[in-house]
Amino acid sequence: MSDIPEDLLFNSDHDWVRIEGDTGTCGITDYAQGELGDIVFLELPEPGDFVTQGESYGIIEAVKTVSDLIAPVSGEVVDVNIQLTDDAALVNDEPYGEGWMIQVRLSDPSETEFLMDAHAYAGLVDE
Amino acid sequence: MENLKKTPLNETHHKTNARMVPFGGWEMPVQYEGIVAEHQAVRSQAGLFDVSHMGEFEFKGKGAKKLVQFLTANDIDRIGIGRGQYSLFLNKNGGAIDDIIVYRLGETTYLIVVNAANVDKDWKHVQMVAKSFDNVQVTNRSEEFALLALQGPKAEAVLSPIANRNLSEIGFFRIRKIELAGIPVHIARTGYTGEGRNGFEIFTRIEDATAIWSALIASPDVSPAGLGARDTLRIEASLPLYGQELDEATTPLEAGLDRFISQKSGFAGADALEKQQADGLTKTLVMIEMIDRGIPRHGYKILDRSGNSIGKVTSGTTAPYLKKNIAMGYVPPNHSEIGTELAIAIRNHALKARIVPRPFFKR
Repeated sequence: MSDIPEDLLFNSDHDWVRIEGDTGTCGITDYAQGELGDIVFLELPEPGDFVTQGESYGIIEAVKTVSDLIAPVSGEVVDVNIQLTDDAALVNDEPYGEGWMIQVRLSDPSETEFLMDAHAYAGLVDE
Repeated sequence: MENLKKTPLNETHHKTNARMVPFGGWEMPVQYEGIVAEHQAVRSQAGLFDVSHMGEFEFKGKGAKKLVQFLTANDIDRIGIGRGQYSLFLNKNGGAIDDIIVYRLGETTYLIVVNAANVDKDWKHVQMVAKSFDNVQVTNRSEEFALLALQGPKAEAVLSPIANRNLSEIGFFRIRKIELAGIPVHIARTGYTGEGRNGFEIFTRIEDATAIWSALIASPDVSPAGLGARDTLRIEASLPLYGQELDEATTPLEAGLDRFISQKSGFAGADALEKQQADGLTKTLVMIEMIDRGIPRHGYKILDRSGNSIGKVTSGTTAPYLKKNIAMGYVPPNHSEIGTELAIAIRNHALKARIVPRPFFKR
């Protein structure tokens, strides 16, 4: 198991969020990209769209599978990683870095109490 | 996965960190390093597949030819000793029971390679039909053979140093008994990847499978490749997969496999095909390339330009070598012309696509 960044929070669907002030940057975990295999396509929301914690905000496709991206937090989308349009494999290469997906302005910062810290998430994927 | 059958290479796959999945009653490797890398390895160098799950039936005796001719849709008069041909078992309606390869190993000996998931069904069919034929002994030898496929531009160069005869003498769809690394095998120049003459399939005894695998994988030009890449490679090559493009309700004429159908009658399903030929087809298999961004997948609807549903995708994928999103599917013949624009329904969007020539990829 590779190192899980300590500054992130996680939901049980293997999505992460990095909280900085009133914004949250979202992506999928290293474990998730490993399970999915080669990521070949993403369908992401547009700036201005609203995403809701626990609900699908986009689609991630590997060669053989189609999966929902589950929002770890709610809020208005303020930025989308357009690099992924031409290079979806960035999600495989740098799931916690260049492979981020969207940035949202948190509508309810208290939602983070429903998320796991790195230690708890490591326990989930070790099972 | 306890109830699944295991190939003789099962332990080797686990040691190679393959991801194992159930397929046709077998525990099989779906990928090792990753589907895209394995796909590209086959197109640029060579990939080694364990396809030991495939079934093998042997037909032997003076009456073998007559039985095989009746059982299979292609014309076995066209194959001499040491040759193979793509063919099909058909039901009385002309629907595909399975798609197969028939090899003629001797004057009165044939070997038919069938799909893993269909072994039991095919064997019942063969035994039923064989009752009406004399002087032929039919044996299900599926458990006796391992089958490895080495596919890609470097395949012949990898095999040559360990082969006891000149492989360049073995033509496309020819099968020969040779030795590889001192081990007796049957080797055929064929495959299911679109690599054409760059593909070999190697039949070994169960106990020799690991030694052959090890001898081949030792080459720096060979990557292990799983069923995932096998599927994307065969879609890229427009090759049908039983259960997707072919089934009991689909005839080889609808699947565009006319050239594998004997012009003579006298095989099971021939009358139905003749009638279908005369009446005209109601559906035909087409090759589809996406214009809009989106990956077509099995079961997605095919729409005409007005948005009417005209068919379904049978197989679809992103094509790693062609770097396009492609699909096969059935549409009415009046929508099947090359260049026709249509759409694929992907998650409530009608995404533009067009019909392109078959195959998508050819070596």
